[in-house]
Amino acid sequence: MPWKERVKPDYDIIHKLVAPNARILDLGCGDGTLLEGLIKEKNARGLGIEISSDGVNRCLAKGLAVLQVDLDKGLADFADKSFDYVILNMTLQVVRNPLLVVREMVRVGKYAIVGFPNFGHYKLRLSFALGGRMPKSKTLPYEWYDTPNIRLMTVKNFREMCGKNNIRILREVYLSEAGRNVPPQLANLLAAEAVFLLEAKA
Amino acid sequence: MTKLIIKPNRVTFAAPPDEMVLESGKKLGPITLVYETYGALSPAKDNAVLIFHALSGDQHVAGYHAEADEKPGWWDGMVGSGRAIDTDKYFVICANNIGGCQGSTGPSSINPKTGKPYALDFPVITIGDIVKAQTYLLDHLGIKKVFAATGGSMGGMEAMQLAVAFPDRVENVIPIATTARLSAQNIAFNEVGRRAILHDPNWNGGNYYDKTPPNNGLALARMIGHITYLSNESMHKKFGRELKGEKQFETNFDEAQFQVGNYLRYKGLRFTERFDANSYLYITKAADLFDLADGYPSLKDSLARAKNVKFLVISFGSDWLFPAEQSLVIVDALKDLGAHVSYKHIDSTYGHDAFLLETDELTVAIKGFLDAHYKEKK
Repeated sequence: MPWKERVKPDYDIIHKLVAPNARILDLGCGDGTLLEGLIKEKNARGLGIEISSDGVNRCLAKGLAVLQVDLDKGLADFADKSFDYVILNMTLQVVRNPLLVVREMVRVGKYAIVGFPNFGHYKLRLSFALGGRMPKSKTLPYEWYDTPNIRLMTVKNFREMCGKNNIRILREVYLSEAGRNVPPQLANLLAAEAVFLLEAKA
Repeated sequence: MTKLIIKPNRVTFAAPPDEMVLESGKKLGPITLVYETYGALSPAKDNAVLIFHALSGDQHVAGYHAEADEKPGWWDGMVGSGRAIDTDKYFVICANNIGGCQGSTGPSSINPKTGKPYALDFPVITIGDIVKAQTYLLDHLGIKKVFAATGGSMGGMEAMQLAVAFPDRVENVIPIATTARLSAQNIAFNEVGRRAILHDPNWNGGNYYDKTPPNNGLALARMIGHITYLSNESMHKKFGRELKGEKQFETNFDEAQFQVGNYLRYKGLRFTERFDANSYLYITKAADLFDLADGYPSLKDSLARAKNVKFLVISFGSDWLFPAEQSLVIVDALKDLGAHVSYKHIDSTYGHDAFLLETDELTVAIKGFLDAHYKEKK
């Protein structure tokens, strides 16, 4: 099956945010589907970072360059602006030190693209408020005791973090549970996923 | 199942006056290399995979030499039909290194000038020389560029050396459980191994080929080396504190009381049946002298020569001889160059020997890497 038929909507958004011929670093690249697509469709040059053995093996079998290293140890070994885009898609919520990771992304990349599940979505809020339990959803399907998602944040939280830390938001794209676009002013309530294009303020 | 029976081949080259010039400036020739091949070379001669063996290894990678052989080659689990390095697709080559003792020219070979074994008249060789000699073999086979080169431990150093010294002769390199240079600790272990040989009275300044060889010294060197190939955990699992017999309070120090000691003695003894003490001296020295950055301002400058070669660097947990950090030094340099580099870390309790034992994990990664890039070529 060609990659396009199995991409998630957020992959489409990232494809639109990325300029052609770019050098891309994909953090937490999983099985490499996004990276492979960007290389094929956008003529990108890509490097993936992935901690899981299975993900790394799948990337290798796609002919991708992938490094099996731990994101939480930072990107200290990467030179400033050594990539055009540093992408972190649906991974920020599993890292121990998200601020460090985002800061490193805008240091290493000219631009950073961050996609994450919005914990401010109204269904999650209702489920917590009325059900009295840690909520679950399509993007956050785990029980509290087995979830890899240790950092749950909302769109507002993320915007605040950027504002306080000299990170400029260039674009923000939001998707509903059904994968439809959500306008920014309703995003904190209606977006299941958020994708931000960021850069470091000079 | 029928056994794959493989016959070693040999090729001789660099006969005087066209001897091979060594890194030291000295000349060596004629040189014979014993090698084995598996699979078939494609008409375009573009499917060769060159495997470099480790310090005490040899050219016998896979299959059997004879129907009666009990043990196959040292990487049989990785090389063969349908395996990681698939001989249905690739033409696999492995040669015994120069300086070795399985038939390639080394200190135990006859020096044509004297008609006697070289012994210490054999010149000091380097990893660079070992690799250079193998390019003569590639010439002999009519292969301009190998599709891939790989090896574990010292074999990994050789694969990287090929990429840096002869970047036009290799497309993909898979260095496994290896390093760009030996650490002080690595050199220290080699030093102790060599001292063990030199202190054996039978060594006799290297002249023992018509006498009893320095087997005690060589066995002791192997025992020391073998400890560095295992991990604390794997030794504990295998032997623990298990005794060979009853607990004794005698002064029979010459008998191993613990199973671990007994095992090391056995390994040492078996090693003397197949290895030459002078070869051990020369080859460990070649490893000690190896520094991939030699002659360049930095490792990055050295690897810049190989920036069009694709790399898959593999390390193992519990390998304390060439730990993951030493692999990451190589990965970092390649990544900074913008080269195509992948890094795979395999959790293992086997220590350095994992490159021979973790064949399932290695197979998934290496097969994926090789087949993907071979497909890209087509």
